[in-house]
Amino acid sequence: PVSLPFAVGQCGNQVGCRFWDLALREHAAVNKKGIYDESLSSFFRNVDTRSGGDGPDIYKGKICSLKARALLIDMEEGVVNEILQGPLRDVFDSKQLITDVSGSGNNWAVGHKLYGYQYRENIVEKLRKTAEHCDCLQCFFIIHSMGGGTGSGLGTFVLHLLEDEFPEVYRFVTSVYPSGEDDVITSPYNSVLAMKELNEHADCVLPIENESLFDIVNKIHQMINSGKLGSTVKQNSLVTSSAGSTKTVQEKPFDAMNNIVANLLLNLTSSARFEGSLNMDLNEISMNLVPFPRLHYLVSSLTPLYTLADVNVPSRRLDQMFSDAFSRDHQLIQADPKHSLYLACALLVRGNVQVSDLRRNIERLKPSLHFVSWNQEGWKTGLCSVPPVGHSHSLLALANNTCVKPTFIELKDRFMKLYKKKAHLHHYLHIDGMEQSCFSEAVSSLSDLIEEYNELDATKGGPRTDPSRLKIAV
Amino acid sequence: MSIVTVQLGQCGNQIGHEVFNAICSDVHGTHGLCSKKENESYHDACKERFFSEEESEVPVARAVLVDMEPKVISQTLSIAARSGYWKYDDRSHFCQKQGSGNNWANGYSVHGPRHKEVIMNLVQKEAEKCDRLGGFFTIMSMAGGTGSGLGAFVTQCLRDAFPTSFILNHVIWPYGTGEVIVQNYNSVLTLSHLYRSSDALLVHENDVIHKICAQLMKIKQISFRDVNQVIAHQLGSVFQPTYTAEGGLHYSRNPLGDLMETLVPHPEFKMLGLRNIPQMPENSLPYSTFSWPGLIKHLRQMLIANAKMEEGIDWQVRPPQLGFSIPSSHSTNKPMHFNTSIANLVILRGKDMHNVDLGSFRDPSLYTSWLNPQDAFNAWKTPRAFNKYEKSASLVSNSQFLLKPLDNVVGKAWNMFASKAYIHQYTKFGIEEEDFLDSFTALEQVISSYTIL
Repeated sequence: PVSLPFAVGQCGNQVGCRFWDLALREHAAVNKKGIYDESLSSFFRNVDTRSGGDGPDIYKGKICSLKARALLIDMEEGVVNEILQGPLRDVFDSKQLITDVSGSGNNWAVGHKLYGYQYRENIVEKLRKTAEHCDCLQCFFIIHSMGGGTGSGLGTFVLHLLEDEFPEVYRFVTSVYPSGEDDVITSPYNSVLAMKELNEHADCVLPIENESLFDIVNKIHQMINSGKLGSTVKQNSLVTSSAGSTKTVQEKPFDAMNNIVANLLLNLTSSARFEGSLNMDLNEISMNLVPFPRLHYLVSSLTPLYTLADVNVPSRRLDQMFSDAFSRDHQLIQADPKHSLYLACALLVRGNVQVSDLRRNIERLKPSLHFVSWNQEGWKTGLCSVPPVGHSHSLLALANNTCVKPTFIELKDRFMKLYKKKAHLHHYLHIDGMEQSCFSEAVSSLSDLIEEYNELDATKGGPRTDPSRLKIAV
Repeated sequence: MSIVTVQLGQCGNQIGHEVFNAICSDVHGTHGLCSKKENESYHDACKERFFSEEESEVPVARAVLVDMEPKVISQTLSIAARSGYWKYDDRSHFCQKQGSGNNWANGYSVHGPRHKEVIMNLVQKEAEKCDRLGGFFTIMSMAGGTGSGLGAFVTQCLRDAFPTSFILNHVIWPYGTGEVIVQNYNSVLTLSHLYRSSDALLVHENDVIHKICAQLMKIKQISFRDVNQVIAHQLGSVFQPTYTAEGGLHYSRNPLGDLMETLVPHPEFKMLGLRNIPQMPENSLPYSTFSWPGLIKHLRQMLIANAKMEEGIDWQVRPPQLGFSIPSSHSTNKPMHFNTSIANLVILRGKDMHNVDLGSFRDPSLYTSWLNPQDAFNAWKTPRAFNKYEKSASLVSNSQFLLKPLDNVVGKAWNMFASKAYIHQYTKFGIEEEDFLDSFTALEQVISSYTIL
């Protein structure tokens, strides 16, 4: 089944670029014979370019030219141009791009209302063309940041559009949330306005915080440079690494951070692409992790962060991987799921891990975790045989957990700080279609969400009374 | 008579594949420990039951493979073909791309009706290949979306299209601590629907088989393949040819019919449990010997005490003494933990099984009062050893074996239902709260019936 990523805005496209690169690397490692197979078709078309340009799709046989199934959207040209001039230029063609020149000025309203209206037809047309090439379209991914204008505004516009045009296709959103020290002053406005859209139109949201990515990058640097590791680290195994991909020089710290997000998406889709003894598809993730429609925010963690060169994996190390997945410093947002309430939890394991390893670790970790009363054994598990590049095994944990609440509360607080003073509001209100009510509705939506989490938290640790069963006349 | 197997979903296809493997490997094995003539009879009976001989050199399994995503079927077909001993019919499968998303409603209400015609055509083709159709054997898990939901729908279709054929559903009970978060919902919906169309449900619990793998088979890192191979061995021990009558001259030709006749006297009671002993790692087999009296004694106590395997049996449990007033539903005469049976079937495979004393299984105190003890118990035998075990004994039991697991699943599902969690995922595809309530009611009825035995 096909997953179609949309990279929207600067951040979205930077992450997207890493994603395509690492996806090619992952498939190249598995697909030695160069045959275009079912797993490649999830993300790539195979196009006959021998007569130049864009020929027909080839569905079987040797790989001719791989084209990413994607739409790249940005209202500035910088990032997208860089992609098109870089080593990935042959993976995209102009029909997949929607760009403009002036950017959105870090203004959600410009992205959503102005550009949304302007580019709607264009986006729908390109979307339909891209979808036509897909045998079975299962899921859309939107990759964007919340704090700016394009990713946030136009990204959420696209989200709504996808719901209207393709209501049966799942919508997963990977959202980078701004930190408190974000240098975009209006990022709280943009984020809260975007949150309302995520609440209403997304099936699943994977929030990411830059601070967490940054902390992970630092942690890895320290481990490598401290000389604590006995043997050498396999470079391509680092969750932050571009080694083995087309990017030979890792420039900004953002590359390392973006690689983490790219790896998140690769792991999330691994079981849909590769075989395993217990497959876990994206529609199953949505089914099992979203008990109530609006509670669809999933905290993610990836382990291990790197592999050492020695091949043998004693089960103690394997168990450490499971423990790490629940530790605060492996989460991709600033949150501690262990001390909050789980509504549901998914574990997607890749590589040489079997069901007994899963069971042993669930039994071991369960007692220290708090699950909501109606989902005491709320575990969804998947086993994919193919590990990520450089690893013999890996684990992606997705938690629907009330530990997201602090992130949302802080966001609301920052929003209110600005909103109370009506700071910068005029930049938004003069855009056609924007009114004060957009702001009040957005913060109200966020408040309601926070309240839902509060109500659930209130049940934590309380007495459990199971509802009485149906009585049958004998 | 032949059995058509319908493999549904990832679990159904993975297990089905191991079942045909086990059967084939048993037939080709050199450990029959019986006369050549006996062996040939066995071989022929097995072939007729499970395989058709077509133009190909290799026997073709009488099976239809169904899944809503392509990866598992694709693997299953190719691994089977590579074995060189048997294969599936290349055309006898149907898959889609999307999967069912662990959603019973998606499997039952969307995929079912949408693909009914194609699937039933495949089944019809397989049925027509049989000289005489003995019935259908479906393999599915109840935790997911395809095996469970689409499986329930297909079972209904089988019943409608083949009203006089026997249908046996092999149902896999998932691990208690989740493989799928909504597994209890899916299980409740599956069981209640199967109960209406199926003749009997033969159940394997993942937790139990896992323990067998760990404690008896001594496997360190247990994979689903290991679990499935134990299940396949147990199923093979029931479905490989046997003589059903004392002094019978021919292998029984109607295994499903015989099974239903011996074990399901009343449509309210369809839950069958399976035990097979001994189980041990293959490399221990040459060093072990067993006696029939020993095996029978263990198997009987496993029945009475509801033990899941031959280690850790509670020998304290005894049947109620007859001579006291017949236990009624509110009686406290019944000893704790005693497993009451409606009917039992013991299958013995291996040398010297002719004079085995099965009197202990005919003890009326094991059974409810409504059948004659002679009718409540049956034995099938063959001198032909099974799958390298010099002697093996299986028990298929219609008893309170599955009462506690059923009660657990219904309880957990009810607990979740009370909070309405995940219900929107089902109503999205047309399964409403009333449908859930109907299913709960149906299963509480089954639980109640089995409780007051």
